[in-house]
Amino acid sequence: MKIAMTVNGKSVSRDVPDNTLLVEYIRDHLRLTGTHVGCDTSQCGACVVHVDGRAMKSCTMLAASASGAQVTTVEGLATSKDELHPMQVAFKENHGLQCGFCTPGMIMTATDMVARYQGQGKELTEEAIRHELEGNICRCTGYHNIVKSIVDGASKMTTA
Amino acid sequence: MSEGIGARVLRKEDKRFITGKGRYTDDIIEANQAYAAFVRSPHAHARIVSVDASAALAMEGVETVLMGPELVADGIGNIICGWGVTSKDGSPMNMGAWSALATEKVRYVGDAVAIVVADSKALAKSAAEAVVVEYEELPVVVGSVEALAEGAPQLHENAPGNLIFDWEIGDLAPTDAALASAAHVTEMDITNNRLAPNPMEPRSAIATFNEAEDHYTLYTTSQNPHVARLVLSAFYNVAPEHKLRVIAPDVGGGFGSKIYIYPEEIACLWAAMKCGRSVKWTSDRTEAFLTDAHGRDHVSTAKIGFDKDGKIVGLKVNTKANLGAYMSLFSSAVPTYLYATLLSGQYDIANIYCDVQAVYTNTVPVDAYRGAGRPEACYLIERLMETAAREMGVDPAALRAKNFVKSFPHQTPVIMAYDSGDFDANLKQAQEAADVAGFAARKAEAASRGKLRGLGYSNYIEACGIAPSAAVGSLGAGVGLWESAEVRVNPVGTIEILTGSHSHGQGHETTFAQIVAERFDLPTENIQIVHGDTDKVQFGMGTYGSRSGAVGMSAIVKAMDKVEAKVKKIAAHVLEAGEDDIVIEGGAVKVAGTDKQMLWHEVGLAAYTAHNIPEGMEPGLKESAFYDPTNFTFPAGCYICEVEVDPETGVTEVVQFVASDDFGTIINPMIVEGQVHGGIAQGIGQAMLENVVYDEMGQQLSASYMDYTMPRADDLPNYSVHHASTVCPGNPLGMKGCGEAGAIGSPPAVINAITDAIGNNNLAMPATPAAVWAALQDVQSKIAAE
Repeated sequence: MKIAMTVNGKSVSRDVPDNTLLVEYIRDHLRLTGTHVGCDTSQCGACVVHVDGRAMKSCTMLAASASGAQVTTVEGLATSKDELHPMQVAFKENHGLQCGFCTPGMIMTATDMVARYQGQGKELTEEAIRHELEGNICRCTGYHNIVKSIVDGASKMTTA
Repeated sequence: MSEGIGARVLRKEDKRFITGKGRYTDDIIEANQAYAAFVRSPHAHARIVSVDASAALAMEGVETVLMGPELVADGIGNIICGWGVTSKDGSPMNMGAWSALATEKVRYVGDAVAIVVADSKALAKSAAEAVVVEYEELPVVVGSVEALAEGAPQLHENAPGNLIFDWEIGDLAPTDAALASAAHVTEMDITNNRLAPNPMEPRSAIATFNEAEDHYTLYTTSQNPHVARLVLSAFYNVAPEHKLRVIAPDVGGGFGSKIYIYPEEIACLWAAMKCGRSVKWTSDRTEAFLTDAHGRDHVSTAKIGFDKDGKIVGLKVNTKANLGAYMSLFSSAVPTYLYATLLSGQYDIANIYCDVQAVYTNTVPVDAYRGAGRPEACYLIERLMETAAREMGVDPAALRAKNFVKSFPHQTPVIMAYDSGDFDANLKQAQEAADVAGFAARKAEAASRGKLRGLGYSNYIEACGIAPSAAVGSLGAGVGLWESAEVRVNPVGTIEILTGSHSHGQGHETTFAQIVAERFDLPTENIQIVHGDTDKVQFGMGTYGSRSGAVGMSAIVKAMDKVEAKVKKIAAHVLEAGEDDIVIEGGAVKVAGTDKQMLWHEVGLAAYTAHNIPEGMEPGLKESAFYDPTNFTFPAGCYICEVEVDPETGVTEVVQFVASDDFGTIINPMIVEGQVHGGIAQGIGQAMLENVVYDEMGQQLSASYMDYTMPRADDLPNYSVHHASTVCPGNPLGMKGCGEAGAIGSPPAVINAITDAIGNNNLAMPATPAAVWAALQDVQSKIAAE
């Protein structure tokens, strides 16, 4: 079936099998390989993208369900080649990544988390960050620097 | 700011990862690529009666279904263990045959029976399900103790009693005598639980065969692509070495599990040749649990004896090591030379004896996982020390300090010669950072909230920088364990470093550039690290055992020595000065004490134009080196963990974790701290959360993230990481290694803290709430009975 949506601000359309997952649509058909697959059970969060402004696990959603949606992947987060998103900067400055495989999902979850908390006027404490990261697994960092990155990224997003 | 040794330089590799531009194996697509799926055994032990692939082959878009007998007929060799271990009686180890695709029997759930190649991933999986395999089920054994028992099911004909080897180290009679004379003996049964490594990137491979060139290319998730090429060609006979290129691009974590050459890579290469298409396979997560080599799985009994003053007189250990259904690449070395050689811990122990029975079972093969043998040794000795102190009613830190090795070099009775360290300094630093003096007050305050607070130590030592080639050769290693490097100064003065080390999260592109920046006083942006491709880098032994610093960087230093010598010769010639007067600084090559200089890039240009270089000198500015280490290195440290247990539920929280490490010279503290954080997280995971569980039929009950408890952000604390270092005398930069220490040192600290809190030393990993609660009930029922 033909599935059209907007990905990173660009209209796209592909003829794909009905059972194509959103992550397969993004990785295999659009060739945007920054979104990763780390498990089969919606646990690891390496595949998180934004669908109509909300963080979603793209491995758990049919591409057809995102038909007509606005999708943002990690490739679409930076405003330009030279200007990274504040959360991307924060991950680099705080050594919030090692092998980099979980990182796109972490960053997409983090930006969604910060936007939600700031939108609701709630304080994003370290404890809240750790709780919010329930759906994202990292095997390298022990989370210490990821939490630090998100604290810093949140502050950078406020001032940005 | 300096970008040299000791600077917290932000990582050069980060930009591609944070923008989604990393290039992992599964991201790569070859022209006319087909997809592979494997038909895997659902039984832990069975005879293959028949395989019927006709329904799969009839599906449109299925290229081929290939099986074991054809693989063997094509001359593809069995998978081997590359480290020979000799039994007590002098006999060699009993290695059973492991074909990449099973021929007659399957020996664990997940054992590959056939490879199915099709036009799409989904089709390959559907077709694999359509392959009908008839099995005759056989009795199953999953535990090492059960597998050694009389009448246990037999896995391999050439390993009677499932015994792979029965190995020993140290002297039995003096150890027995010392224990008999001891004033106090502590005896414990200690199990080191089986773990699944779980790098977040699942294994993946793309094999391409170019018929016109008779040449293969393999992209794979490897920690050591050159070793993969060597083994695939020399032992598995897949392709001659010069006709096989192995590329390990960005690799998403390894932790040991990506050292080995697995059946899937062999089968994909072979299938690519058979069907004339590129063949890609990517593991899913459950497949990873079922096929990635597991770690640990030791069952031990141990006795440690003390004299009346609390000095250790002897240590005796028996360990049964479960190696799974087949011997993986380094599996034999892990429970022997990487384990028992570290049983002396940080202590001066005159008498040690250990024997190890390695055992086949109907489980996934077991091999090195972050720490590989040293975590098992550390857990054993550190639980013994803590328990002994409690039994003798002495301070556990004081008992340790009394027995510390205090002068170096120190020869242990189990091969290792510790070269440096200051264990007192690490202990003191950790105690201060953890405010041990204030613990009693914190415990009382916790009690007022109904919580049990406990504190546990772990004073670890481990061995890295594996290893002097002649030494490991004499112990049975099938390879040398040096490293190679090439330093290429371009005509414009920029530098490429080609290294046989492989970065899969460790940040080599940054730290390796830092040592070059330091040496030639250049910015790191002018330095590029090239690794992971056998066509670019001549050879390398790869990254594991925290060897990239101590061994990999040492090779770069050796190559830089040669480059520096040539640079000085050229500059001395052009500037008409003596070589000894030439200094390299500030991006220039100068005659000391004068204003005569060449800019760095001018020397590069001079070397390549060769218009004016010393007579007889070869043009160009490129040097290579192989570095063979002179000894292991010995990172050590002190970890202190504090926990609070809810006695009603057994729920345990790590409320403080302090690390004081001695890693020798540190190139980039930011990256080193990151390594320690990650290691501690894996250690806390082992101690409290993670466990591979098999039922009696050999089914893995923990084969998904719904069932295997991966540490998550809210399971873990922030870590307080400190360094008290001594320089390693064995290599030019004085480095010891930091990649595994966290995972080695932390499990006993956690368990010692929990057992302190609950007042019961009898607690096994993982200390889940149920396990902690049960151990607490034991204590309370004993108290009630008294």
